[in-house]
Amino acid sequence: MAAIENNEIRYLNPPTVEVRKKKYCRFKKAGIKYVDYKDPEFLKKFLNEQGKILPRRITGTSLKFQRKVAQAVKRARSLALLPYVTDLLK
Amino acid sequence: MIKQYETVFIATPVLSDVQMKEAVAKYTDLIKANGGEVVYEEDWGLKQLAYPIQHKTSGFYYLIQFQADPQFVATLETQYHRDERIIRFLTVALDKNSIAYAEHRRQVRAGKAAAPKAEESAPAAAEAEVEPEAKVEE
Repeated sequence: MAAIENNEIRYLNPPTVEVRKKKYCRFKKAGIKYVDYKDPEFLKKFLNEQGKILPRRITGTSLKFQRKVAQAVKRARSLALLPYVTDLLK
Repeated sequence: MIKQYETVFIATPVLSDVQMKEAVAKYTDLIKANGGEVVYEEDWGLKQLAYPIQHKTSGFYYLIQFQADPQFVATLETQYHRDERIIRFLTVALDKNSIAYAEHRRQVRAGKAAAPKAEESAPAAAEAEVEPEAKVEE
């Protein structure tokens, strides 16, 4: 009680201040204009562990390049460079 | 009208090297016979498939970039369909960005092959440049 009267708030744990990094589109930043379907290792950055395409809200990719990534992933899947369904990718 | 295309096909792993070369020659000849031009070829060799196709877990990948009339693509794909050696294929038209990327990729690949020689000569050149400067300072 004394702490409150002194207008001083004490926490049991130090308060965590979240500093969120601003997401950015890696294609725009790096100036990449074409997403290659022949490079499965690169495309894996945009997949979750089950081989599903990650949403833009997580990767930060711009809409223009999200469409291209999706197209490239689908092409890679049809060439058996990436799996359609899996577990423990990566 | 001529457009640039890129085709990747997967051949069955049971083929011998000679048979694989025959298959590749068949398609490059087909492109040339129909007024096309092969720009670049790349052999990816035997690769594991991400999932089984026709009960096979691996296959020979081969990439061909070529210029041809758009009507030729249908002919090429018909040939792929009829060919029992080919288990999967994909043909993609290239736009200006992907052509630029393809050229860059070609240069990088060519550079990798020639890299050991370049690395040997590069440090020697760097040393040669540094030494005269040091002498000047003295």
